Amino acid sequence: MGKFGKEFAKGLILSNPVFVLALGLCPTLAISTSIDNALGMTLAVLIVLIGSNIIIAAIRNFVPSITRIPIFIVIIATLVTVVNLIFHAYLPATYESLGIFLPLIVVNCIILGRAEAFASKNPIKDSIADALGITVGFMIALLIVSFIRQLLGTGNLTVFGVHFFTLPGLGEHPIVAFVLPYGAFLVIGIIMAIFRWKGVIKSE
Amino acid sequence: MSELAAVFIGMVLINNFILTRFLGLCPFFGVSKQLNSAISMGVAVTFVMAVASLATWIIRTYILIPFDIEYMNIVIFILVIATLVQIIELFIKKTNAGLYFSFGIYLPLITTNCAVLGITLINVQESYSLTGSIVAALGGGLGFTLVLAMMSGIREKLEMADTPKAMKGLPIAFLTAALLGLAFLGFGGMI
Repeated sequence: MGKFGKEFAKGLILSNPVFVLALGLCPTLAISTSIDNALGMTLAVLIVLIGSNIIIAAIRNFVPSITRIPIFIVIIATLVTVVNLIFHAYLPATYESLGIFLPLIVVNCIILGRAEAFASKNPIKDSIADALGITVGFMIALLIVSFIRQLLGTGNLTVFGVHFFTLPGLGEHPIVAFVLPYGAFLVIGIIMAIFRWKGVIKSE
Repeated sequence: MSELAAVFIGMVLINNFILTRFLGLCPFFGVSKQLNSAISMGVAVTFVMAVASLATWIIRTYILIPFDIEYMNIVIFILVIATLVQIIELFIKKTNAGLYFSFGIYLPLITTNCAVLGITLINVQESYSLTGSIVAALGGGLGFTLVLAMMSGIREKLEMADTPKAMKGLPIAFLTAALLGLAFLGFGGMI
């Protein structure tokens, strides 16, 4: 465990990027209509975040602080382009359903936030742990939201074509509201309220 | 002409940037606490969106497509937006200092607003013409400003309302956004 484990664990719940820090809200709301999309998004963010954290941690001593933000953004944009091309080639269905939210990872506050707050000040090994922890936290948030929305909104639990079960009653008459855009606000708002009610986050 | 009007109305009401496309949520939840700052932010974002659409359309049509390097879209677009925001910031600072101070921190933050990169990518995706891109950007920006202003009005009242402790702050803002989204769903049948 040690420091690697500690950096990894903090991203899971206590500084969960979505529910606690309220970062990366745009993709969380937009692509959480199905579990497939949530997993695809997690994979894309994982590749970009690990890549950018490693590169930025490696060059942190050479980057003049006044030009660091443009440098970080160009590094991130390049990695996002790579991920975009990989997804287009090997995961065309996910590429289609993520739409513009795949290229929009460039402006996802989680990535630039970690570069600025962590990778630019810490060695490569800790930065990798940080990237993994934050991505897993992001994945947990995406999975919780997309699980609720997909299950109630379609009545089915199907992941990458594998059908698990259909809820009785909801299968024929799903609550379509949950897969519509406003359902996303509703689900995340309630989850955040539960986090605060249970004392995971201090209320404002 | 009617096609452009359809694009404009679609962008403002039906595919609203915040409530339907989920673009620009950080400023939506961060800034929408006071009506004045919400409107300033909306105007600044609309302006940057329109200028960015113009600039990226020109660069894409006359540089990226002829040289067959369209895969560089993302890197080029984000650089163009970052540069534009800097130029606009300098320009406003020189010409209208009062406006500059009223924008404050929001102006540089526009670079990482996904609404701006979003509109340039939507223009590519929908292959809008030059006028179409600018109309789409103005419509998207107006829709963004409209919802930001509505939300700030509601949140000013919410501050005084007796909400449950766990609901204070972000959770109640999300639920309010859900209700706004439900209301905007009604515009779906317009076109």
